[in-house]
Amino acid sequence: MTARLRNAATPVDTSRHLLSVGDLDRDQIAELLDLTDTFVEVGQRSIPKVPALRGRTVVSLFFEDSTRTRLSFDTAAKRLSADTMSFGVSSSSVNKGESVRDTIETIEAMGIDAVIVRHSSSGVPAQIARWTDAVVVNAGDGWHQHPTQALLDAYTARSHLGDLEGRSIAIVGDVKHSRVARSNIEMFTALGAHVTLVAPPTLLPPDTTAWDVSVSHELDPVLPRIDVCYLLRMQSERMTEALIPTLREYTAGFGLTSERADRLGAEALIMHPGPMNRGVEIASEVAERPNAVITEQVANGVAVRMAVLFLLLGSGRHLTQVHEEAS
Amino acid sequence: MSSAADIVIRGGRIVDESGERTADLAISGDRIVAVGDGLEGDRVVDAGGCLVTPGLVDLHTHLRQPGREEAETIDSGARAAALGGYTAVLAMPNTTPPIDSAAVVREVLELGRPAPCDVHTTAAITVGRAGEQLAPMGELAALGVRIFTDDGTGVQDDRLMRRAMEYASGLGITLAQHCEVSSLSEGTCMHEGEWSSRLGLPGQPSEAEELMVMRDIALARLTGARVHFQHMSTAGSVAMIAAAKAGGLPVTAEAAPHHFTLTDACCAGYDATFKVHPPLRAVSDVAAIAAGLASGVLDAIATDHAPHTPEDKERPFDHAPPGMLGLEYALALAFTQLVDGEAAMAESDVIGAMSWRPARIAGLEHHGGPLVAGAAANLCVIDPGARWTIDDSGGASRSRNVPYVGREVRGRVRHTFLFGEQVVSDGEAQR
Repeated sequence: MTARLRNAATPVDTSRHLLSVGDLDRDQIAELLDLTDTFVEVGQRSIPKVPALRGRTVVSLFFEDSTRTRLSFDTAAKRLSADTMSFGVSSSSVNKGESVRDTIETIEAMGIDAVIVRHSSSGVPAQIARWTDAVVVNAGDGWHQHPTQALLDAYTARSHLGDLEGRSIAIVGDVKHSRVARSNIEMFTALGAHVTLVAPPTLLPPDTTAWDVSVSHELDPVLPRIDVCYLLRMQSERMTEALIPTLREYTAGFGLTSERADRLGAEALIMHPGPMNRGVEIASEVAERPNAVITEQVANGVAVRMAVLFLLLGSGRHLTQVHEEAS
Repeated sequence: MSSAADIVIRGGRIVDESGERTADLAISGDRIVAVGDGLEGDRVVDAGGCLVTPGLVDLHTHLRQPGREEAETIDSGARAAALGGYTAVLAMPNTTPPIDSAAVVREVLELGRPAPCDVHTTAAITVGRAGEQLAPMGELAALGVRIFTDDGTGVQDDRLMRRAMEYASGLGITLAQHCEVSSLSEGTCMHEGEWSSRLGLPGQPSEAEELMVMRDIALARLTGARVHFQHMSTAGSVAMIAAAKAGGLPVTAEAAPHHFTLTDACCAGYDATFKVHPPLRAVSDVAAIAAGLASGVLDAIATDHAPHTPEDKERPFDHAPPGMLGLEYALALAFTQLVDGEAAMAESDVIGAMSWRPARIAGLEHHGGPLVAGAAANLCVIDPGARWTIDDSGGASRSRNVPYVGREVRGRVRHTFLFGEQVVSDGEAQR
C-alpha cells in the first residue's frame, strides 16, 4: 500500500486557489471587484474578448449538474482566450466508480492550468486542491461555499449602493442548506455590512455564532431598515424533512410578497441567486420591479469569473496591463 | 529460586492493581514464576526506568476480517495491538459477514489463534446487526463470547433492547451499546455545532448519543442486566453514567483516545481521517471525557481501532466511512493527554483503565494481572519517558488512517510478552 506523493496532511496554499470566501481578505475582495469593472467593460465591446489567458487550459469538472454556472465559467474562460474543456459527470467515468482523486489525476495528466469544481459534497474542492498542481476554483460545494456567486453579488450590490460598509443586508430563507448564504455571510461581513439572517429556526445553521451576524425569525420587522433583501431559493423537499409545515406557510411568513416589498426602502435592492420559485420566496411581480437586480446578477457573473481566472492564472500581470490589452 | 528462570525482566517499576514496587520479574514457560529482588534468568531484559505492567486489553477493536482484508486482517491488527502493548483484544462484530453465528465466531477465533495477541471476539446482539431479531446469544456464549454488541449502530428498538437485556441477564453476559439514535444521526458526518455550521456539513447533536445512554440506563434498571457503554463522547453521557453508578446500577463505560485528544475543529480541512462515529466533539466534551476517565466514572480506555483504506478515506467527507486507527497510539496519547494534561491522572490509573479494568469487564482471567508468581505471563514493558512523534505510516496496520500525524507524545511500549513469549522486543514485532 504505497502512499501517493501528496497525502491528506499536505497543507493547501489557499492563496493559489479560490476555495472559500473566508480565504480572501478585504483588500483581495476589493481587487477582484475592481478588476471586474474592467471585464464588464470588455463584455460591452463588439468583440468581447482579450488574449490574457491564451495557451492556458481551463477545465470545468462538474460532479453536479449546473447549466448556469458552467456556462458562465465557460464564457468567462473563452473571453480570456483560454482553451476550455468540460468534464460532466454523465459523460465521464465517474459513473463507473472512478474516485475523485483518480479523475483529477487523469485530467491533470492531460496538462491543465485550472479546474473549476462543482460537487454536491462540501469540501471536495479543498480535497482536490491537495491532489493537483492546477489552480482550483470552487464553483459550489454542498452546503459549504460558492465564492464566485458571492463575488458577483457583492459586485452587483456595490454597483448600486457604493461601498457596503455599514449597509444592512438581510439574507432570507434556507440558510442552513445554502452554500450561497454561507459565502455571502462571509462576503458581506468582510466588506463591513451588517448581515441579518431571517428564517425559521429549522432553516438556520445549528450554531450561527460562527459568524458576526444577527438573526431574526420574522421578516416583517426587518424590512424597513435593510438596504438589500437577499432571498434564497426554497426547496420543496424541505417539507418532507419536517423543516417547515408547508410552502404556503413559509410564503406567509418569509415570502417577499408585493405588500412586503412595498415596505422596503426606496433604494433597497432585491436579490436572488436563481433559479427562483416565483410565488414561494418571491412574488412574480416583485421579481420584475426596477429594484430587483436578479438578471443583473447573472450578467455580472461572467465578468466576475473572468476576474477570478485572470488573477489566479494571469501569471503576475497587473491590472494596468489588462487595461492596456483591453483597449 | 533454585533454578534460573527462562527470562528475567530486571529492575522495572512493577505496576498492577495491588500497587507499585521496583522489582525483578521472572518468567518460565507461559507463567510468571517469581517477583522479587536479585532474580536470575537465562535471558535478562533490562527494564530500568520502565514500567512493567499487565498486558493491555482493548475492549473495542475492528479487525475487519472476514470481509475487509484490504483494510486489516486479524493477523495485522493483532500485530498492531502487540506493538501497542496489548495482549488481548476484543474484535467487533461488524464484519462481512457479521459475527452473529457460531460459524463466524469459530472462524475469527481460529484465525486469531496464531496471532501475536490474544484475539477474543464479541458477537452481535441481533441477527445481521439489523436490529430486528436476537442473535443466538446462548449458543455464542457457550463458545466463550462474553460481550455482545451491534457496534457500528445501536439497537434502536426499545422493546427489542429490553428483551436482549432480559435474555442476557440469564446468561451472565454483558451487552455493549454503540449509543446513537439513528433518527437523529442519519445522514450526518460530524458533531453538530459551530464547526458543522461553518463547514456546511450535516451534524449530529450530542443528544443523539445521550438519548440512547438515557434509555439504556433506564432499561438496565428495569432488567438488572449488565450494560457497557461504548466510546462515550459527550459531557452529558459522562454525567448520566456517574448518576447511574451512584444509583448502584451494573453499568460500565469506555472512552476512545480520539475523544480525549481531538475536537470537531479537526474536520476543518475536510480530511475524512478525522471522521469517526461518534464524532469528534467540542472542547468541553473532550475535557469531560478526560475528567471522566480520571475520576473512574469511565472505566476503560478502548481504542475503537477502525482501519479503512486510503481510497475509502479519500472519498468526499460526507461519503467516507467513519473510524481511525488507535492500537499503536492509545497508551502514548493517554500518558500525554491524561497524565500530563489537565486531568492529571496517575500513570497507574491509566494502566488500570487500559488493562485490569477492561479485562474484568470482558471476563478475561489470564489478562490484566496481577503480576504475581503463578499468573499468566501477559505483560508489557513501557518506557514512560520516551518522547516520539507519530508518523503517517500506520504502523503494523494495513491501513494508515492516522489522525495524530505530527503529534508529539510521551510513553512508548518497548516489550510485550504473550503467555511468556516475547512478541515485541524493543518496539519491533517478533512475528
